[in-house]
Amino acid sequence: MRENLHRFFRAARGAGVHVSPAESIDAMRAVAEVGVSDRGVLRDALLLTLAKSEDEKKALGACFDLFFAHPEPQQASEKPKDADGAAAESQTAEGTPSQAEGLGPLAQMLLSQDRSAIAAAIASASGAASLSDIRYFTQRGIFSGRILELMGIGRLNDDLQSLTATNPALAERLTILTDALRENVRDAVSQALVLYGREEAENLRNEILRSAPLARIEPRQIEQMRALIRQMARRLRERYSKPRKRQRRGHLDVRRTLRKNAAWGSVPFLTAWKRRHRERPRIVALCDVSGSVARVSDFFLLLIHSLHEVVSDVRSFAFSGYLIEVSEILESKSAEDAMQDIMSKVGFGSSDYGTSLANFEQQWMASVTPQTTVIVLGDARSNNLDPGADILRRISERAKRLVWLNPEGRLMWGLGDSEMPRYATFCNLVRQCATAQQLERAISDIVAAYR
Amino acid sequence: MAEHRPLASIEAVETGLASQGYIASRQIATAVYLSEHIAKPILVEGPAGVGKTELAKAIASWRGLKLIRLQCYEGLDEAKALYEWKYAKQLLYTQILKDKLGEVLGGAETLHAALDQLHDFGDVFFSKEFVEPRPLLQALEQRGGCVLLIDEVDKSDAEFESLLLEILSDFQVSIPELGTVSATVAPTVILTSNSERNLGDALKRRCLHLHIGFPEQKLEERIVESRVGGISQTLRKQLVGFIHEVRTLDLKKQPSVSETIDWARVLVLLGASELGHDVVRDTLNVLLKYESDVEAALPHVTTFVARATGQNLLGRAT
Repeated sequence: MRENLHRFFRAARGAGVHVSPAESIDAMRAVAEVGVSDRGVLRDALLLTLAKSEDEKKALGACFDLFFAHPEPQQASEKPKDADGAAAESQTAEGTPSQAEGLGPLAQMLLSQDRSAIAAAIASASGAASLSDIRYFTQRGIFSGRILELMGIGRLNDDLQSLTATNPALAERLTILTDALRENVRDAVSQALVLYGREEAENLRNEILRSAPLARIEPRQIEQMRALIRQMARRLRERYSKPRKRQRRGHLDVRRTLRKNAAWGSVPFLTAWKRRHRERPRIVALCDVSGSVARVSDFFLLLIHSLHEVVSDVRSFAFSGYLIEVSEILESKSAEDAMQDIMSKVGFGSSDYGTSLANFEQQWMASVTPQTTVIVLGDARSNNLDPGADILRRISERAKRLVWLNPEGRLMWGLGDSEMPRYATFCNLVRQCATAQQLERAISDIVAAYR
Repeated sequence: MAEHRPLASIEAVETGLASQGYIASRQIATAVYLSEHIAKPILVEGPAGVGKTELAKAIASWRGLKLIRLQCYEGLDEAKALYEWKYAKQLLYTQILKDKLGEVLGGAETLHAALDQLHDFGDVFFSKEFVEPRPLLQALEQRGGCVLLIDEVDKSDAEFESLLLEILSDFQVSIPELGTVSATVAPTVILTSNSERNLGDALKRRCLHLHIGFPEQKLEERIVESRVGGISQTLRKQLVGFIHEVRTLDLKKQPSVSETIDWARVLVLLGASELGHDVVRDTLNVLLKYESDVEAALPHVTTFVARATGQNLLGRAT
């Protein structure tokens, strides 16, 4: 059982549940207390000791069901063979013992149709082949081969060859059984891959996705990409949503100082200083949703939506030909609905940075204060219309920082109708922002600037 | 009722809690059983009103132990949670003992001699007599063991969490002037959290993590049965059925078990024997705590009542 539990812990790690050695010790103790006879109780006990959040509980529960369902499919897959094998068995039943002599142990085991012995043999061979190290689906063949080899497939093949000459009937039966065995091993390996390889495969996929250019993501990957951005947003939220206190030297907190020093008759040995809450980030985000960046703006909006959850004081605006405020929409609706709503209002037009910036200056310039970071998300392609760079300068002068995130590579800036070089002079920071990873880093930097 | 033997089995926990009117699911019972046997605190998470605090109370009254409760809030610190020196008493005693001190030091000729004599005296003013134990220290000092409830730990600051670590893993606290105080009998510790913020991994690692969600229909019916006397079976079934329908709506605050019980009490008080459209309409504010939620639920009342009562008919037929 101990061995099994250890394998289960590895599987749990594969499912994304954090299992530290201390936790595995606790789980062992808990299992020793409740016993293993009742699967429901065992499941509860493991969930209580290992999983530390509701998500983890779900993942671990699924993992538990998968893991302990393990022995069943092997037996089930052999059952149908039993039925048609039964007839053959009755025919050869008398002959078998003598015929089986001289055959290898694996052949004998298969012929005796001892399912539990076969299952045990597969399990022990899997252990010897360290099947729990399997990570990628491409390794399936290697591991199946290794397990079969350890079980003695070589000898079995020799037996088969010699039997075809001496006893064709038995050889045929053995061939069928061998195929069944191969199938069982393959099942076991697939099972192991699901159990142990999940995390690695997911990591690999996410890694590729994170550094893939947002503009060139295939439709089938969009769902995954969104999930990834949501994950990113959650990370940002966890890191930055908590208000922090900072000690400020200089202002003595008399009340707390007296209290702290009551032990010495209020002679102030220790001093307490007044604290001030950290400055909360104030952000104004301007997001280009025009046709030229349509594929990326989806993700921009998704990220701004999550920004609304992280930072309490965000105002967001979307523009293509003109500019509107979208804070309300982003705050009241789910990400998908909000995106659709915004796109239907201003999306897909041809962009006009000059007009949009002018709109902003006329109506919302007051929202930019010396504490505000202004983020502009866009490709700065203004279709050769007036770029309105002077407006951007005025925004920049009012704001604490002006950050421009451009989905195009630096090489493209200034080519064609791109006004990026002119805008760049007024920005505190200009970044290329083409992949999810760059996006996360940029936003993380912006929020961190307020720490 | 006071039982100090270790808990016999998970079933014993279930029946024991039931005798106090707390109907526990098997998972809750397993958690209580395990926490006793491997001496670990239970961290209970879940939405408000599903009986997290109630669990601690039920365990205490079932086992005949004292319940010591520490309500967490922002700014809670050592002095309020662990211990504090009785400063006034210390000052008073120094004043009273001034003469005595003069006598003790009277024989000393030099300053050094006086100091030595004073050292022999020991740290009289920093001894147990002058410590004011706060809930955490109190819990450790209970001779017969106790149930320590650390309520809404997510409301406290992150620093306070680290303060809890020592007490949670070893059932001891260190007071610099006195040394380490260990528990004579390890208390049963229950921490509750509404997931207002994420607790640290260090804290979570030291606890069994129990998530209490909204109960299943059968379980909730049993809870109502045990908590609300004189409620007819028909009404109970309909009421719980209705609440389960309401929970499928997208609400600001889902009605939880405590609301179910309140509502059941109200309905019994109004003498309702069956769930009717009008009675639900009038009492919906007991169930839902936000105006917007009431507005969201109102259009569905008729369907939900029909479904809840219809379900009941079906149940009787089979």
